[in-house]
Amino acid sequence: MSLIRIALAGEGGQGVQSVAEILAEAAYNNNQQALYIPNFGLEQRGGVSIAFIQFSDVRIGAPKFHKADVVVALSERAVSRTSVYSGPETLFVYDSGFKVSPDELPREAKKIIGIPAIETANKELHPRVFNIIIMGAVIGLTKVVSFEAAKDALESKLAYKFEKNPSLRELNFKALEIGKQMGEKALQEGGAQNA
Amino acid sequence: MPRIIGNPKKSFVTGNETAAWACLVAGADMMFGYPITPQNEIMHYWTRLAPKHGRGFLQTEDELSAGFTVCGSVQCGKKAFTATAGPGNVLMQEPFGMAEAMRLPLLAIIQQRGGPSSGTVVYSQQEVTLTTFGGNGEGMRIVYSTASHQEIYDYTIKGFNVAWKYRFPVFILGDGYQAKMREPLEMYDPEDRGIEMIKPYPLIGLEGKISAGREPQHLCNIYSLEEELYEVVMKVAAEYEALEDTIVEYDEKYCNDADIIIVSHGVVSRAADDAVKALRAQGIKAGYFRPITLRPYPRKQLRAAIAKSGAKKLLIAESAYGQLDRLTKQEIFGENVKIENLFKPGVGIIDYDIISKVKSVL
Amino acid sequence: MLAPAVPKSWYLPSKPHKFCPGCGHGIVLKALGEVIDELQIQDQAIFGCDIGCSLLAWDFFACDSTQTHHGRTTPVMVGIKRSRPELTCIGYMGDGGGYSIGSQHLLNAAVRNEKVTLILVNNTNYGMTGGQMAPTTLPGQKTETSPYGRDPETTGYPTMGPEFLAELTPDSAYIARATVSKYKQLKKYLKSALKNQMEGNGFSFVEVLSTCPTNWRTNAQQSWNFLEDEMEKYFPVGELKNPLGKGDK
Repeated sequence: MSLIRIALAGEGGQGVQSVAEILAEAAYNNNQQALYIPNFGLEQRGGVSIAFIQFSDVRIGAPKFHKADVVVALSERAVSRTSVYSGPETLFVYDSGFKVSPDELPREAKKIIGIPAIETANKELHPRVFNIIIMGAVIGLTKVVSFEAAKDALESKLAYKFEKNPSLRELNFKALEIGKQMGEKALQEGGAQNA
Repeated sequence: MPRIIGNPKKSFVTGNETAAWACLVAGADMMFGYPITPQNEIMHYWTRLAPKHGRGFLQTEDELSAGFTVCGSVQCGKKAFTATAGPGNVLMQEPFGMAEAMRLPLLAIIQQRGGPSSGTVVYSQQEVTLTTFGGNGEGMRIVYSTASHQEIYDYTIKGFNVAWKYRFPVFILGDGYQAKMREPLEMYDPEDRGIEMIKPYPLIGLEGKISAGREPQHLCNIYSLEEELYEVVMKVAAEYEALEDTIVEYDEKYCNDADIIIVSHGVVSRAADDAVKALRAQGIKAGYFRPITLRPYPRKQLRAAIAKSGAKKLLIAESAYGQLDRLTKQEIFGENVKIENLFKPGVGIIDYDIISKVKSVL
Repeated sequence: MLAPAVPKSWYLPSKPHKFCPGCGHGIVLKALGEVIDELQIQDQAIFGCDIGCSLLAWDFFACDSTQTHHGRTTPVMVGIKRSRPELTCIGYMGDGGGYSIGSQHLLNAAVRNEKVTLILVNNTNYGMTGGQMAPTTLPGQKTETSPYGRDPETTGYPTMGPEFLAELTPDSAYIARATVSKYKQLKKYLKSALKNQMEGNGFSFVEVLSTCPTNWRTNAQQSWNFLEDEMEKYFPVGELKNPLGKGDK
């Protein structure tokens, strides 16, 4: 696998950083090189929270990057905040339910993809697994880790919660699966629009 | 010392967690610290680990106090350390100066944040001048600039030994990126790698009773006569210079035939490494030179790299406005090379930045 | 048999000492030496000196000692005590070091009830640097930086160290103000402050009112008058906190 760079962004409390950490750890546990760094400026409380993750077969260089291969924006504010990380080769993913005007979307992108993650979470699953759907979507879009590796990583990260409430396991795995399918579908369909 | 890690353990951790574990396995007895981002988690991990291993911690009222409590702890024979950043590093220059003057083997981990002033809490390489030559002294310190979690771990362990062996204060110079990012690390107990940890020893509070004839130890740190101070400083300088060849560390790649040598340190050297490989793939003869110790600086080695390559140019790349640049220029004064620079104070540098710069100056 | 002229814990090669004629430091250090002897702590004591006139005491005792920086004796002593609780740590400082440049250390060491003994010599000015106004300079008192007399309107009132430290500390702290004009009481307070540390109770602090004829530009009689008539009236002498009960037991 050559270098894959992902920027995940959302509101504090949406679980952006946890998803990033789980993904990076899943890759690491599967003997890949991974590097994850959160933005931790003063804006982290009350601002847009961004996670920078990189995956590779070889040692990873600089911790941050200018342009990502995939940007995922999990809130309306995050769309405009992250458009700077979108370049000609970037898949830019956001929730199709967001009300964003065209000029807020990145000027450069390989594809701009809207996925119905929030709606699916709210209607079919549970609002709290929104971030897991996104995690699945990242896997569907990039294959940075296998589905099984992601499940293992979720299992180890959320073991204490699953122990208390085993139905959560199924819920999370289902969200991961649905997300993965969303990602794969978006990729096949060529995205909602081209920039 | 009982083994702490046991079988070497691979983990995916932050640099701050790495530093805390490294201090633990190196046998550090005490940490004194004061909160400042981005080094806080060193304290967070230490306060969780320390009581389980009989180690101590005190959160002081400020960095002056953290630095001076470390000085006291070291004086009475404990392996003590602190960690700080930015304005905290500024305040600690006072106790670090005392450590230089009194030859106190303290260890400090610096996770550079943006400056000047409060700057950002994020990242920079703007504490190079401060960490190498801060204080009202002569920079008689040993500064390791790390580039990865493995290096934070390895050089922290090494740093304690270097400090206690040679009695110069040792600095592990990291940055906010290294502090906060997660990447793979292999943890180990030093003895499993054949590293024997030097036992600390007291300078005051010695064994033996003064009442039964032991000489009292009076540690002097201020002199009445200029000549007294002169002799002390010259002696320290001579000892420091004699150690330079032993202590200096650097990394060099592709310098045999380089037209341009990229000089960088710390986390930026990772981008420089990638950039040099990419440039070589495009037929551009770029070389890579990284001082690992910023004090003492690998001046002979950089001069040798310039000489053997016949490079006409150096490119100094740093997340600061010329701190490595000044340090390097003073160390290689007289070399016939043109020095280009890529200064990005307070922000990261990636391989693309370096590649573009090299192409624009060749 | 005659009592020995000097305390056993004095370091004789450093005598005669380096203080100015008429300076009160010598009296404080004589009392401290006698207390170190009586408590038999010469082998376990660590004596730390601030910068200022107090630094001249750095080799006064045949005890292990260290010099620090302006105002930083408190954290150095705290670092030692936290690392080696079996040692008896004595920090020795002036009013400038303790109440001004090192005040955050003094205040926080008190709040944390650090088990160290701090002795602060109050002579109402910065002696070593040439007689500038100190936190303890009396209203109206002339110094190099208050040549027309200290004006509380613009420079505040003298710092009442033991009083504020008493407010900050738990009952296990020992807090007192002594004066070089009452030697027996001074010795008693110093002894209590050391015993309080040795018994593991808590923070122990003695401010000692002292003379500075050089910078006051006073003769012997005038110095003594200023100490007894001006300073002791403004700064009440006595114990503010004594967890050991009725003083020296």
